Amino acid sequence: MIAIQESTLLRAEKISMEFVSRYGFLGRHQHRVRALDSVDLEIQRGETLGIVGESGCGKTTLGRCLIRLITPTAGRIVLDGVEILALDASALRHLRREMQMVFQNPFSSLNPRMKVDDLVAEPLRTHTDLAGGALEERVEELLVEVGLGAEHMKRHPHQLSGGQAQRVALSRALALSPKFLVLDEPTSALDVSVQAQIINLLSQLQERHGLTYLFISHDLSVVRHISDRIAVMYLGQIVELASSDAIFNSPQHPYTQALISSTPVPDPDSGRERIILEGNVPSPANPPAGCRFHTRCPYVMDICRRQEPKAHAVGEGHWAACHLLDKAPSDSVIDLQLIN
Amino acid sequence: MNQPLLSVEDLHVRFRTPLGDVHAIRGISFSIERGQIMGLVGETGCGKSMTGRSILRLVPQPGEITRGRILFEGRDLMPLSEDEMHKIRGERIAMIYQDPAAALNPVFSIGQQIFMVMEQHQANSDVDTRQRVIQLLEDVGLPEPMTLYNAYPHELSGGMQQRAMIAMALSSDPSLLIADEPTTALDVTIQAQILDLLITLQRSRGISILLITHNLGIVAETCQRVVVLYAGRIAEQGDVGDIFHRPHHPYTKGLLAALPNPGSRGNALNVIPGRVPSGLDLPPGCTFAPRCEYVMDHCSQHQPGLFTVSPSHEAACFLHEEVGGKKP
Repeated sequence: MIAIQESTLLRAEKISMEFVSRYGFLGRHQHRVRALDSVDLEIQRGETLGIVGESGCGKTTLGRCLIRLITPTAGRIVLDGVEILALDASALRHLRREMQMVFQNPFSSLNPRMKVDDLVAEPLRTHTDLAGGALEERVEELLVEVGLGAEHMKRHPHQLSGGQAQRVALSRALALSPKFLVLDEPTSALDVSVQAQIINLLSQLQERHGLTYLFISHDLSVVRHISDRIAVMYLGQIVELASSDAIFNSPQHPYTQALISSTPVPDPDSGRERIILEGNVPSPANPPAGCRFHTRCPYVMDICRRQEPKAHAVGEGHWAACHLLDKAPSDSVIDLQLIN
Repeated sequence: MNQPLLSVEDLHVRFRTPLGDVHAIRGISFSIERGQIMGLVGETGCGKSMTGRSILRLVPQPGEITRGRILFEGRDLMPLSEDEMHKIRGERIAMIYQDPAAALNPVFSIGQQIFMVMEQHQANSDVDTRQRVIQLLEDVGLPEPMTLYNAYPHELSGGMQQRAMIAMALSSDPSLLIADEPTTALDVTIQAQILDLLITLQRSRGISILLITHNLGIVAETCQRVVVLYAGRIAEQGDVGDIFHRPHHPYTKGLLAALPNPGSRGNALNVIPGRVPSGLDLPPGCTFAPRCEYVMDHCSQHQPGLFTVSPSHEAACFLHEEVGGKKP
């Protein structure tokens, strides 16, 4: 086993997640969808790790696995020295305080029949002994922290705007002072001007509480703004991982390059040549052999169809899995477990 | 100067609700030239989709167009009968929507659906029509159009469904295509394909496109003209360079500054305080005044008209009253 550095908060090794869906008469047939295929990942204390990719790439599944909202079919996850896949239900429940999740649509994650103050008090009632005045005080403190006031406490979710509802969801997630937050497209349902408010709030909260974020989004400009490092996913695998600047300034994987070039920028004179990828994302139920990206890759070679590419280190903390990088000296072919 | 393809003049749309009248659109005027892609941008509830629907006179109940003219190819659409409107819709003006899966009929094959639309509007032999459908499927970049003719919507990916919708929209060779958030439900790499297709169609067929979107990046890369809406009124309109390089309205400036950009990491994003007012309870005077950082006494009492900033550029803000001079 490799010694885990003090600065590492979470480490995932070779996690895979397979979903089985049944179909046909009485569900006699089944197909298996491998949503995650042997993903290795390390998250440092206090950092924001961005996860980008298109629908079906496994980014949400990864987020859910890391906090064991769903249990991966294979792999290990260590959070702060605790192996979370080995925990029994009661130990896991205890650990839940440390890790929380915020979803894209606050209106579907908040109980429509509860008022704001009850919504925020719920996790405190479940996990702590707070009651009466102390509980009320803590709820108010949490709401103030996310920029809401006393006037919002007695409202139901449908009486809130999208931005306000997302603030309530955030205050619930913060209620138990977690270390690690999985933010799954937290601003995607919001308008631009409100999105900016929530992004700023997330940055302030991270600074104030030393939080660690996994920020999942399909919006590259938002991910670039908020993340220290970014992992790019395609069909259940991470194809490139690097610092935010390196991903955008020197993307190595053709998929990363296409993704960046497809993102429209608000500058009519950018004069960029867009890389238009052919075709659609293949189904994760039946991923292509060899490199999974080879069916759409503009640089596809023979080897790509046969052999899965290895991860190559291309810079400090920057790696990409592509056969184009094979020409590099062979000793730079790396064991993911060592560098991640 | 040629007559524009479409002119919307002083459009007003009102919804009667149990809570009171909601003025969704309050006096919008703009025009689209032939062969132009015009972007209509704004946040949720600004009236951008309703403007698109108003052009086709498809405002849903309990809404109604209370005032205004819609001049299309030199003809006012407002007094037309339902039958005459039916000929305009689909034949001269076509529309595509955000969710192609909801707009396509699940029980007919792609080819059949387009066939039926063409039958409605043209009298050709079945063989000819079928041939044209296959040609259209090919024109919008669908692979193996012969096979796809018989495919059902659920067998296609979201991007292919949207291409099929575009093929259907083009079937009667319209001069205006209204595209309401056509790529919002799609992944970015597929979005890039669809936007590329729209630009190609504009160039090859000279079709005009009204592109309704909330995404400023899409507007910057696709459109020549831009109308920025706020709470049912035009905040600013101009050529794409005017809006992105020389924005004059504080709302446009605020929106652009609220976008994350390559250099923004580590800094707070610019925020427009407050939120869009409810259509039931609009502030008097300039609707943006309660959120505006440059607000003056004047703004909370009077509603600004569009002031000319340059020949191609207008902004509805009193800050530019003296600069431009001319009231509409």
